[in-house]
Amino acid sequence: MTPLLKVKNMTHFFGGLRAVYNYNLTLEKNRIQGLIGPNGAGKTTVFNLITGIFKPSKGSVKLDNEEIAGLFPYQIASKGLGRTFQNLLLWRHLTVFDHIKIAHYSQISYGLIGSFFGTKKRREEEAKIKENSYRLMEIFDISDFADMLAVNLPYGAQRRVEMARAMAIKPKALFLDEPTAGMTPEELIRMIQIIKNVQKKFNVAIFLIEHRLKFVMELCETIQTLVFGEVIAEGTPEQIQNNPQVIEAYLGKEDIS
Amino acid sequence: MQPRYFATFYLNYKNMKRIIGFKKILGFFSAMPALGWLFGFFSAVIIEYLIGNNIAWLLGLPKIPVLFGFLIMLKKPLLIPGALAYIIIVYLLPLTLTARFFSGKINKLAAKLYKLPPPVYTVFYLIFLYIIIDIWAGMSDYRIVTLKLTFIAIILTLSLNVINGYMGEFSCSHTGFMALGAYFASTVTLILFTNDKLFGEALLPSYLAPFLFPIALIIGGIAAALGSLLVAIPSFRTRGDYLAIISLAFMFIVKSLIENLEVLGGARGMGGQHPLANLPTVFIWTILSIWIINNFVTSIIGKATNAVRDNETAANAMTINTRRTKIVTFMFAAFWAGVAGGLFAHVLCYVNPGTFGIKKLAEIFTMVYFGGLNSIVGSIIGAVAFNLASEALRPLELFKWIIIPVIMILIMIYRPTGLVAFKEFDIKKILAPKGDK
Repeated sequence: MTPLLKVKNMTHFFGGLRAVYNYNLTLEKNRIQGLIGPNGAGKTTVFNLITGIFKPSKGSVKLDNEEIAGLFPYQIASKGLGRTFQNLLLWRHLTVFDHIKIAHYSQISYGLIGSFFGTKKRREEEAKIKENSYRLMEIFDISDFADMLAVNLPYGAQRRVEMARAMAIKPKALFLDEPTAGMTPEELIRMIQIIKNVQKKFNVAIFLIEHRLKFVMELCETIQTLVFGEVIAEGTPEQIQNNPQVIEAYLGKEDIS
Repeated sequence: MQPRYFATFYLNYKNMKRIIGFKKILGFFSAMPALGWLFGFFSAVIIEYLIGNNIAWLLGLPKIPVLFGFLIMLKKPLLIPGALAYIIIVYLLPLTLTARFFSGKINKLAAKLYKLPPPVYTVFYLIFLYIIIDIWAGMSDYRIVTLKLTFIAIILTLSLNVINGYMGEFSCSHTGFMALGAYFASTVTLILFTNDKLFGEALLPSYLAPFLFPIALIIGGIAAALGSLLVAIPSFRTRGDYLAIISLAFMFIVKSLIENLEVLGGARGMGGQHPLANLPTVFIWTILSIWIINNFVTSIIGKATNAVRDNETAANAMTINTRRTKIVTFMFAAFWAGVAGGLFAHVLCYVNPGTFGIKKLAEIFTMVYFGGLNSIVGSIIGAVAFNLASEALRPLELFKWIIIPVIMILIMIYRPTGLVAFKEFDIKKILAPKGDK
């Protein structure tokens, strides 16, 4: 079976700074994989490189055996790569329902004529999108907030809106950038449930950045550890937990003197 | 109102509030559907048409107050009571009576109409509205010109709101687009229908002019849309202040280009257009622009402009082609600005580049920001209010430019995004009959 997403020798420089070096990733279908690393290790840069916000200086990114490195972010997204953001990039003046609806952008086919004149095709497609949006909001438990501005929701709900929005583009792989940042332990447990649910329901591969070990242990099948832009360890949660290099990266070297 | 109440009203003024009650007055107005307002204004306009002159003569006014008495009141303060009485008799009385006594019947009628398919009853309402406007404006040429310019202002405001409100790019090139539209449309009609020094003999007989006028307008619009690419393409890389400067530069380029092109008459301007933009034409184009712009901003492609405004990175990650969105939105808005320019040229039958300067731009900005960003109703309200206010305050001459900015400042303090911002325009809700409460 070919992997869903294959990243090979991806390298990126910001000027003279080597942000990511020789990064490799094989993301299998229907799996949850994690990426951990200390602050400033380049985790989010890896996400941004794969989703096209930055163009990798070197290396290849293949989604379903199709090269996507160098495409525009919206092209990569419409090929089936949804993502959320570490610092919640919600749209300030839009309701929750609008968020989910707009994310169906690549699935509409009524074009400009439809949007100018309100054709029958447009009405049919928008009705279908509305139905799908409500279904998604139901799954993510945000349908009560449908007509509220997304920025007015509680923090946990905002995270779920972002995930629902990412799922609306019908992704094959979902990238979650610190889905539990700033959450209470109760919200954390709820998030674990939601991610498991989503994975089962949509048969989507999930790749996530996370700091909390509990969360990663519970969800991920394999974990990569990134330090200064390089992967220093890869394996199951248990292997990673006991890896001396990982411990060193996180806690520092024991000073023997 | 029952006779008993009248008696108490005169006997005990203080009790009035308790008996009639402020809520009750508001109550019967709020129970009136849109159709009721139309009927009220219709009767008012009919009264004015039939006996307006007599009433004006009785009240000692020289003629019918053309703009709700504002002009008369400001010019000759002595006539204020007369003008006020005229407004009350001719406008407020029919409206109140309709609201008080016919709300129920009109509501039933509105409910019946409401059962028809939406396009049918909307067209019915529009025809009714047009009849009222036509009778009202028919009484004086001044009203006709004011109305036409107000309608054109509505198109301009809406189209600028698409860029500045819906897409959140601060574009200052709108009068440039308008000038492009005005000059292209005028050139087409001048070549085809006018014996002009520059463009030679008329190619077609002038009775064809009204039929080909829409094509001239569309050509003007398309020219403006193509011109807007010069602003749209820089907007990929920059926004905010920098785009404002680029777009302002575009506006000045267009203006000085026209000033220096002798073919188009240079700074002297271009005259001789047939008066093709009569009231129904302007009305139809305005309605068309409201309909199409509303369709656009409620579609997913239009909503994508909101996403681009609020967060471009997120929009990009949600499959939205931000470049295409920007180009489409700029071209779309510029198209309508061009159409408005074309209409403007054929209302005045003369254009000169000086018209499309920074002052006009400031006016359009005022209408957009006064009415409310990201809102169709807001734009309409802003355009109508600003135009009527600036006409009504005309006798104050210089002081007009103190009063209007003061109003603007107050609006900005108390409602920073404008009067009716971030509201969706739902024609069905506006035209719905009001339930009995």
